[in-house]
Amino acid sequence: MAATLTPTAATRRAPDRHHRGVARWIVLALVTAAALAMLVPFAFMLLNAFKSPGDYSTNGPLSWPSEFYTKGLRTYWEQVDFPLKLWNSVLIAGSVAVLAVLVSLLNAYALGVGRVRGRLWIIGLFLLANMIPQESLIYPLYHLAKEAGLYNTRLAVIIIFTVIQSAFGTYLLASVLGTFPRTLLEAAALDGAGKWRILWRVVLPNLRPTLSVLLVFFFIWTWNEFLIPLVMLIDNQTQTVPVALASLQGDRLMDAPTTNAGALLSLVPAILFFLIFQRTLARGITAGADK
Amino acid sequence: MAVPDTVAARRRATTAPPTVTAGTRRRPSRRDAAYWLYLVPGAILFLLVIGGPLVYTGYLSLTRWSGVGDPTFIGLDNYRDLLHDDVFWTSFKNTLAMIVAMVLLPTLIGLVLAAVLFDTIGRRFRPRTAAALRAAFYLPQVLPVVVAGIVWGWILRPDGAFNGLLDSVGLGSLRHDWLGDPDTALPVVMAVMIWVQLGYPVVVFMAALERIDPELYEAAEIDGAGWWRRFRAITLPQIRPETFVVGLTCTIAAMKVFGPIYALTRGGPENATNVPSYFAYYTFFKKLHVGYGSAISMVLTLIIVVVSVLFIRAQNRAERRDGGL
Repeated sequence: MAATLTPTAATRRAPDRHHRGVARWIVLALVTAAALAMLVPFAFMLLNAFKSPGDYSTNGPLSWPSEFYTKGLRTYWEQVDFPLKLWNSVLIAGSVAVLAVLVSLLNAYALGVGRVRGRLWIIGLFLLANMIPQESLIYPLYHLAKEAGLYNTRLAVIIIFTVIQSAFGTYLLASVLGTFPRTLLEAAALDGAGKWRILWRVVLPNLRPTLSVLLVFFFIWTWNEFLIPLVMLIDNQTQTVPVALASLQGDRLMDAPTTNAGALLSLVPAILFFLIFQRTLARGITAGADK
Repeated sequence: MAVPDTVAARRRATTAPPTVTAGTRRRPSRRDAAYWLYLVPGAILFLLVIGGPLVYTGYLSLTRWSGVGDPTFIGLDNYRDLLHDDVFWTSFKNTLAMIVAMVLLPTLIGLVLAAVLFDTIGRRFRPRTAAALRAAFYLPQVLPVVVAGIVWGWILRPDGAFNGLLDSVGLGSLRHDWLGDPDTALPVVMAVMIWVQLGYPVVVFMAALERIDPELYEAAEIDGAGWWRRFRAITLPQIRPETFVVGLTCTIAAMKVFGPIYALTRGGPENATNVPSYFAYYTFFKKLHVGYGSAISMVLTLIIVVVSVLFIRAQNRAERRDGGL
């Protein structure tokens, strides 16, 4: 096929190139339009977050705000005690990220480096834990937390997500550590380093890039979690940013501009993480897909 | 630090030389025992938070219980009831709709978008342009999906921005309570889910495309293969591993979807958008039928596990077939 097509292709090349010169601009315009369409909901939200309720009801959702109205933002900020919600989310997501990475590392060290007997079954179990819906755990966890006096505490949510996230982390790290260069481990062992020392002095430094990706992912995933925080955290003192917004949804105090102001405030941290960690995220998604 | 290390090593080497020579074959079994210690914290936590609760939910699914007092054992009654429960069947039918909206369509659109972004825009314009466009598609993926759901819920309200938009372009006659009408609620929720999900395949596929040897494309181009031919003959087969990963993770996510449904419709109107996980949540915490909710959860869990195993098997078979060729 190649041999027969080559001459014709060569002659057809020139117009093809020329044609593509125009076509590429059309393609760019189409894709840009699609990308902008993705952002339209954010534009709507921004437009209405700075509008007074009266302005909204007389001029509708598409009008330009008649004044720069920030009371909606302030109302939401004060009404839900937003700084506290931020702190709850940071505390929960931050603790989970660190603890889950730690647990994943310990598990994966035994499975990937130690190659303990039956490790394929254990890894399979962790993989399974990744798949199961949280609904199949939630009632016993809710009940258990009530019995243990941990209901409506951030600690309960931290423990639960440490385990859920580390199930994924263990699965991922075990396969990464499965290919860890044996020579490095053996050299360290010959130098007299014990397993504990090898973990912290040899394995950890080599794994740092992967662990930092996991840390970022665990943080963002936990930050965005909904079902378990919704069930476990029921009052103003303990709720996270997404749960606080959702539990006010449908409230009479939440007119459209306040809803948008609340949504805007709730999205800002996530957008900041996105901008800060964009490169890490891209790297992590690729790493995850390779597995 | 290096000095004491080597000293210690030498000391050990002189005091215990047999471990190095005779111990090579026996080492794995000796290693086993000590490495188990590293699994202890993980194992305890796992049993406490995942293993135990899962088994307990399995037990509860065989009981009638309101959450107080003792559960009454009733055997398989809950499962028998499920078979005759219309809401249960509706919720699983809606799962199929979620798979279309969260797996099928995002993967197809994502494939084309990634190929266009990588091929046409990344190469014929600056790669930065492609990266910026990619970020726009990916943004919904990093947001708390519930918050995004609440914004969409407002946009689609009778007095929301979507109807306002219809008015302003002269289509005011199409104004509608999009999420309040059982006929439109599901398609509209599906559209929102495509918006949420699309960025993930775009990012994964763009990364996958970077892996492909550009010479393959150059050779095909010299042979006169057009964009579509190259897409089908090179791109698709080359990125099949990523397609499997995207397919599996998105299918699991679609079967578990909860937050967007909670924020947009709470399963309504008239169960038109109910899904198993919301149905289970509602049965647990609003109707206080813990046994019945557990049965719903167990069925969902079982289906997810079976689908995942089939998926992974299909992938392994495909890989083996490629290896054989």
